[in-house]
Amino acid sequence: MAEADVEVFRHDVIVVGGGAAGLRAAIAAVEADPKVSVAMVSKVYPMRSHTVSAEGGAAAYVPGSDDSLEKHLYDTIKGSDYLADQDCAEYFVEQATPELTRLEHWGCPWSRNDDGTVATRPFGGMTVPRTWYAADKVGFHMLHSLFQHSMRFERIVRYDEHFVTKLLVDDGACRGVVAIDIRTGSIRLFLGRSVILATGGAGKCFPFTTNGTIKTGDGMALAYRAGVGLKDMEFLQYHPTGLPGTGILITEASRGEGGYVLNAEGERFLVTRDYGVGQKAELGPRDMISRAEILEIEAGRGVKGPYGEHVLLDLRHLGEAKIMAKLPFVRELSRTYIGVDPVYEPIPIRPVVHYMMGGVDTDIRGATPIPGLYAAGETACVSMNGANRLGSNSLTECLVFGARAGVEAVAHAKSASDGNEARLLAEAKTEGARIDNLRGRKKGGEKIAQIRREMQLSMERGCGVYRRQESMQQTVAEIAPLKGRATDLVLEDSSKVFNTELLQALELVNMLDVAEAIAVAAVARKESRGAHACRDFPKRNDAEFLHHSMVFFAPAGPRLDKKSVMIGRFQPEERKY
Amino acid sequence: MADSPEARGGGEMRKRTFVITRFDPDKDQVPKTQTYEIPCRPEWKVLDALNFIKDEVDPTLSHRWSCRMAVCGSCGMNVNGEPKLTCKTSLADYGDTVEVAPLSNFPIIRDLVIEMDGFMDKFKAVKPWVIVAKEKAAEEGTYRQSPEQLAVFKQFSMCINCMLCYAACPVVAKEPDFLGPAAIALGHRYNMDSRDEGAAERNEVFRGEGTVFHCSYANECSEVCPKNVDPAAAINQAKLNAVIDWATSFVVKRGK
Repeated sequence: MAEADVEVFRHDVIVVGGGAAGLRAAIAAVEADPKVSVAMVSKVYPMRSHTVSAEGGAAAYVPGSDDSLEKHLYDTIKGSDYLADQDCAEYFVEQATPELTRLEHWGCPWSRNDDGTVATRPFGGMTVPRTWYAADKVGFHMLHSLFQHSMRFERIVRYDEHFVTKLLVDDGACRGVVAIDIRTGSIRLFLGRSVILATGGAGKCFPFTTNGTIKTGDGMALAYRAGVGLKDMEFLQYHPTGLPGTGILITEASRGEGGYVLNAEGERFLVTRDYGVGQKAELGPRDMISRAEILEIEAGRGVKGPYGEHVLLDLRHLGEAKIMAKLPFVRELSRTYIGVDPVYEPIPIRPVVHYMMGGVDTDIRGATPIPGLYAAGETACVSMNGANRLGSNSLTECLVFGARAGVEAVAHAKSASDGNEARLLAEAKTEGARIDNLRGRKKGGEKIAQIRREMQLSMERGCGVYRRQESMQQTVAEIAPLKGRATDLVLEDSSKVFNTELLQALELVNMLDVAEAIAVAAVARKESRGAHACRDFPKRNDAEFLHHSMVFFAPAGPRLDKKSVMIGRFQPEERKY
Repeated sequence: MADSPEARGGGEMRKRTFVITRFDPDKDQVPKTQTYEIPCRPEWKVLDALNFIKDEVDPTLSHRWSCRMAVCGSCGMNVNGEPKLTCKTSLADYGDTVEVAPLSNFPIIRDLVIEMDGFMDKFKAVKPWVIVAKEKAAEEGTYRQSPEQLAVFKQFSMCINCMLCYAACPVVAKEPDFLGPAAIALGHRYNMDSRDEGAAERNEVFRGEGTVFHCSYANECSEVCPKNVDPAAAINQAKLNAVIDWATSFVVKRGK
């Protein structure tokens, strides 16, 4: 194989991904040590990262309110269906307030009460209003505040539009990454004694998702192929309020602000029927509301539409003034993408793939089992979300565990030795040659879009809101041959300059690895817990399944294992609201 | 295709012709156009058509996009000569032929992808972060900021950096170094934030060459803004503040 030219860049810490978790990690790293240099390597400009699409809010105890850390912890653990590691969840709730406060100091335009304190709103599964918000564009404002704040630090060196293709693990430790500079197509080697993965989730494994096109599970696949286990991958959050057709997110804040969920008969079925949400009604947790919507549709009470059946989100009683003050983006999205003005009409909605509770196995420090390799945000599974994440915990999670990973990565970088640079460079050259061979590879017989579509539809059939053993097994059986076919892609674009076809091919391979891990883990969990609702096994089964599932990469196919859950002060009990 | 996500949905398909700018610096001296005729769904945005072409017709087409919900700011392009967010621009508003080109006033990297180094430099030049003499510790809690104080700058914090305003700005067209609408609006946003103490520093930037005083009041920026940020209003306010700030500093110096 011919050797590619490789440019070498040296930093102490390499952050892969420029969303909330990656930016927070980078800022924490440079603040932890005045000499540390951080490379921020992201396949998009940081402000394009998918954090930008989060809408409803970020949860944290507000000092002086009738909330408490204990309540936030309990809600989170119960919401997780007792699969969260309670030490991690406890650390999370403790750090949540200082983290959101720092963001306030950095300029985040949080909505305010009349007395100038930050305003909070109710959210699903939370017993008190503790969700800080900036109207209904919270992710957007958090991301832009973080990105703009990060520009103060000359020691955060950005490599925008660089796509990481490989983690370099040498002599047992992570030593850097290989990336394509998208603009020129050149191969770059980033050497660093610590690497933090913050690349988000993999919603694009599915056809119908709130996720942007960049959410292709790159960091998960990189870590997986480097030997780190993917944890709890079967737990996939379906958000109950996505727009039919596009899957565009309508925020849970619309229910937090008092919106109703209705069936075709105009009935508030979360109130009138027993779906386990009790008095919480529309403010029940996402897994339960998504299931309720599917059951309503199956019972013939769905509304027929061009994109299949759906239910309705009614905001009319909130009135135009409140909608414009609290939910202006919901109105803009509804009008633009489904032609419905929520001031006058209910919004068609249905469950939509939104978020992955699972991800790269890390401990409470954000550390993976490979020394020098860290992960944070949706990419990671710490785990504080267990089997079901509560809405508004994930933005805060990006800050809390992004910051922690940044600090830990610096500590590691100070004590770790440099790798064998000659060997790492040789490995980068081999990787570069692989990329060069793939680019414009016209001899293949398979189209990227075709395989991607087959993968997405198979995942939707097998790993929906409700799952059956048979359909999950079929998905597992379908993904493996798709991986084989993906080795025979035809690529028509041989240009080195901004070759997005090449990126799509690499992203497809990443998604197939992640999709397979999701399906394999789903089949193995023969119970129903949190977001994993298995019709063959409708009950939670703590005796056999109160453990994290682990999927490891192996050439012959994924290898399954398990890992114990850290139970703290809250013993598992039936999850009823 | 029958079972594909794209095939879901109703309505009559309609054939449309897209005339798209193509440019590969490895092969082309100057940009050219390429024409694609494809079936489009009635509810499609311009971006949906580009993605269909990329997936089904010509995988060599390069364009940027991500969120497809008008908030990430990636997919700004010229549609029939006007700067638009393509994910928010309905085909229903256009005829049978639609021209898609890269945003004006930027160098082209490839096809519909523009180079944004200059924009990022301008963005950073206005110091878009909270400047304070003494940083507050997290333990001290949040600042008090009334809803009225928030309202003063909130609109200017809504910019998604899509750069449509740079493509529309007649001053940027003539003076590529002009700081430009989004960057000035951003600097002004921090100047107006009650938590910030950096206005004097930013006003110095604003009084520099190629900044607020080069704006010619064309108002094109505010007209194309997909998020109603109204950068023209920000520039006008920033100009006034920069002058007042300068005059005040002069008076204070004289008074010493």
